Formats: sequence, structure tokens, C-alpha cells
Amino acid sequence: MAHGLHRLPLEKPIYEIEDRIIALEAAPVGGQEQEKLRLLKRELVELQRKVFGNLDPWQTVEVARHPDRPKTSDYLHMVFDEFVELHGDKSFGDDPAMLTGFAKLDRHKVLVIGHQKGKTLAERQACHFGCAHPEGYRKAMGKMRLAAKYGLPVICLIDTPGAYPGVGAEERGQAQVIAESMFLMASLPVPIVCVVIGEGGSGGALGIGVGDRVAILEHAYYSVISPEGCAGILWKSAEYKADAARALRMRSRDLAEFGVVDAVIDEPAGGAHREPRQMASRLKTYLVRTLRELVEKPVESLVDARYEKFRRMGVFAEATA
Amino acid sequence: MTASDAGAAASGSATPASADAPGPPPRPKRGVPEGLWKKCDGCGATIYRKEAEELLNVCPQCGFHWYVSAAERISQLLDPGTFEECDSDLRPADPLGFRDKKPYAERLVAEQKRTGLSDAALTGTGMIRARRVACGVTDSAFIMGSMGSVVGERLTRLVERATDQKLPLIIISASGGGARMHEGIISLMQMAKVSAALARYSRAGGLFISVLTNPTMGGVAASFASLGDLCFAEPRALIGFAGPRTIKATIRVELPKGFQTSEFLLEHGFVDRIVARKDLKSEIARAIDYCGGAI
Repeated sequence: MAHGLHRLPLEKPIYEIEDRIIALEAAPVGGQEQEKLRLLKRELVELQRKVFGNLDPWQTVEVARHPDRPKTSDYLHMVFDEFVELHGDKSFGDDPAMLTGFAKLDRHKVLVIGHQKGKTLAERQACHFGCAHPEGYRKAMGKMRLAAKYGLPVICLIDTPGAYPGVGAEERGQAQVIAESMFLMASLPVPIVCVVIGEGGSGGALGIGVGDRVAILEHAYYSVISPEGCAGILWKSAEYKADAARALRMRSRDLAEFGVVDAVIDEPAGGAHREPRQMASRLKTYLVRTLRELVEKPVESLVDARYEKFRRMGVFAEATA
Repeated sequence: MTASDAGAAASGSATPASADAPGPPPRPKRGVPEGLWKKCDGCGATIYRKEAEELLNVCPQCGFHWYVSAAERISQLLDPGTFEECDSDLRPADPLGFRDKKPYAERLVAEQKRTGLSDAALTGTGMIRARRVACGVTDSAFIMGSMGSVVGERLTRLVERATDQKLPLIIISASGGGARMHEGIISLMQMAKVSAALARYSRAGGLFISVLTNPTMGGVAASFASLGDLCFAEPRALIGFAGPRTIKATIRVELPKGFQTSEFLLEHGFVDRIVARKDLKSEIARAIDYCGGAI
């Protein structure tokens, strides 16, 4: 159980029970206390289910951004048997906000790409809080081409508030690289599996999000714009972020309903940050099962099916002339 | 210039829609005739409207390229009477049941009434100096030219048509709004959809000329607009990913002069040529000829 360094307001009742459990466990116990403990533990599980089963859209965003939530680097260790980091875009630099490298999973050698947010403040700042620069997307594209050349399936772990908005990012072609990356992924001749593990922030997420399968963790979100950004534009104030989060329908179940994701991976009671190993194990199960299915398919039919998958997206009416 | 409000927005693919301004705003709308004279957004000079229109809506004083509607753009670019619109029967829906201060469904009706467009893109086939092309235009007057399902679908069908009929493809972007927020994640997916169609078109050997005009931002810049084999830009257009206001709010420094203009993009290597509006038709025709005409 995580020790809960960062506690969200919505988690307060959960931690209250947990503190009582810890106190009881520390004290010497008789039969009565044992019974009390048993009931409290059951209450804890039920409360976690209740709270996390009924998160409102803004609370979901808070959970997706939880500082203790497992990051790409955590899953690299918990899901894969080996990770060999590959740096650099061979053009400008090495963006720490985008991790890439070889990895082993099940019986497959794969290439993993993932946004990196960092854990400590220094790491988080170095990673620009998970906002990649153009060199990050160029790095990802370079490694994808390598994967295609040697037949390695690609796994993308998406966790970004959005692509970095800055002068350097614009100078080095932020729009260009996101477009190019989608263009490349659309016809990359190897299986691609994408999973939104935390924040699916707009173009920065989609830039590594064009896959044969796209899944999302239960309390992650995926949106065209951040709720704050949307509120600032349409409501003229970021204070309406909760209204924007609701209006944007950015939660996992909404995305499944729209056909934007193929699978929602359930989180442990209390969220991924409470039981990172359990979450990693569920993610691994999904990835292994999905890869086994995809590697069986001929590459041409895989790429055609990928095209059709995105081709179908869109909701419109056709007026009768 | 109005475009900088346009760009103000999100560190995302959706940039702002000014379309939320309630009712008809007091300021004159670009491109809507309101009198004999108009004020230039570039130099502030008062210009005789007719003179500017003869110059394809370019300021005679400073050369600033003003807004032109999608229909006007088509008539400037294609040989007279050759444009055949495609997929005009597509209509936007409201898959999210989205509402901010006002329901999206109502906003759509108001925008359709105000602009005479069914959505922010016009697509079809026609001739440019007797060369047959597939041509699409986005119109920044309709919810900031933002891309929702209809824009994405019309453009994707256009790309597929160009692939099937082996036509050169021209898309002129005027989209300050990026991916349209009101259709949520489905708008974001249009970026992938159009880009995937362009990947197929490119593999089939198709020539895509992307023309960036004022403004081209967010998810439009970060998808089809940046994927041209050739990328032309009109002078002094605002082009970029994140809106200037978002960037300023993030990094808290003054932005360099000329930031995110066509000239800035040319300098940094993202634009092949800056082409003045009066030369666009001949420049496109020449590029088509260099690249072997059709596929």
C-alpha cells in the first residue's frame, strides 16, 4: 500500500480509515480489536470502490495527474523484463520528456516510447512536466523507423498535459513534428499498441497515439484540450475547469463509447497510485494479450485495418438533398 | 491583428474559438462588407474597400493579406466555372451534447446563418490554369475555421478522391481554432484521420501543396497543413502550434518580434516559399508542372 505522500481532497475519508487501521495494527491486539480491524479493512475497500467508482470528471483529471501515479519509468521496470534506453533525435537533442528504448515483454522484443513526467521536482522540471519538445517527437519517430526496419512492435505509453508551448518548441516545428509522427505511424509496418496511462493531453498525446490498438487506464483522461485551456477560451476563466472537464467527455468510459479507445484497463480500488504493482500487472496482461494477437496478422492487413480504424472516426449527418 | 486573439489558447491542438462572443460583436467582421472603407489590420490605414478587393483583399499600403472567405478563395484560385463542390451534404452533429455558455447545437445554427457555410471547410475539384486539381479550403469565419468531424471528413474524402483520381491536391488553411473543442476527442481524431489519408496519398505518389494563410494554428497546423510536399505561406500570416498567449503565460517572457509569422517559419525552415496572394495561382500551377502534373 502506498504511503500516500500526496493526498487529494477526495481521498481524505480513505486516509482517515487507513490511519485508524494503522493505529490499531500498531497497538497490541485482543479479539475485539481484531474484529474491529477486519471491519475497518472491509470498510476501506468499500469506500475506495465507492469514491473511485464515482469520480466526477474533474476528480478524474486530479487522479490522472496524481503526483504518486505510476509514470512511464515505473512501468518500464514493472512491466518489461529489460529496458535499454536509446537517446537522442540525431538532429537537435535528447528530450527527457520522451523516453525511448528497446524492451522485452513476454516472448517479444519491442520498442517502447513513452512520455516522461519525472518524480522529483528537479526531474519534473527537466522533463517539463511531461511536455515534449519537437526533438522528443523526432526522437520517437527515429526509433519507430528503427523498429519498422527490424520488425519490432511499438508500444507507446501516453502521459502528457500537452506538447510544450514555448518559443524554442515553435522554432523547431512543434506542429510539424506532431503531424509527421501521425503520418509515420499511420503506415508503420509493425504492430503499434498505445495506452494512455495518465494524461492524454491533445496533440502532444496523439503525436504518439496512432496505433492498431489504443487503450486507456480507467482513471486516465484523453482530451482535445486541457480543461483549464477550454475553460479559459469558452468560459473566459480557468475557474470553470470542472465545467469544461464535464463538457469535454474526456473520461475512459466516454472514450470507449465514442470508439476512440478499444479497451479500458481497470485500476485497483483506490487508483493506480495505491497499488502500482497491481496496475502494472494488469497493464502487462493487456499488452501481452494484445501483442500476441497483433503479431499473428500479416503486416499489410494490419496497416489497412489501422487506416480503417481511424477512418471511421467522426460523427456527422448527411443532409438529404 | 485579430489573429493573435485567435492564436491565444491552449497548449493543445484546440486553439481558441472567438466564436463564443455572444451575439453579433460591435467590431466589424473581416470580409463582411460594411461600407466603402475599411481599416487595415496590418498598418491601421483606412483603405478604399473597392481598391483592396481589386487587389484580392490585400492592403495597397502595407501589403497585409486580409481574410478571404472560402468561396472567395476558390474563385480567386480556380479557373472560372470549374469548381465542383463535393460532400456539401455533410452537416455537423453534436456528439457530446456540448454546452459552454451556450449549447454547441445553437452555436452551429448561428454560425451557419452568419456565414452561409454548413461548416468550416469547402472541398471539391476544379482547374488551376487548366490543370485539374482536388482543392480544399478552410474558412476562419466559421468557429475560427476549427476542425470537427465535418471538416475532417470532407478533407479525408478529398484526399481519397485525389488518390483515386490521381489528382494533385491543394489545401488552403485558414484555421485559428485548431481542433474544435465542441466536438471533443472526436475532433482530435480528425487530425489522425486526415493525416493517415495523406500518408496513403503520398505513398501513391500524389503531390500535396499546402497553403498556410492567416491564421493556421493548433491541430490544423499540427496535421494536414504541415504535411505538404510543398508548403507555401501567404505573407505575414500567423502560423504555429500553441497560441502566443498560452506561450507567454507558460514561459513568462516577451515573445520575439515576428514570432509565429510566415517569415518566422521560413527562417526556421518550415515553409518552402512565401507567396503573395496575387501569385498563388501561377505558383501552384508551376509547382504542379515541376512535380510532373498528375500522379
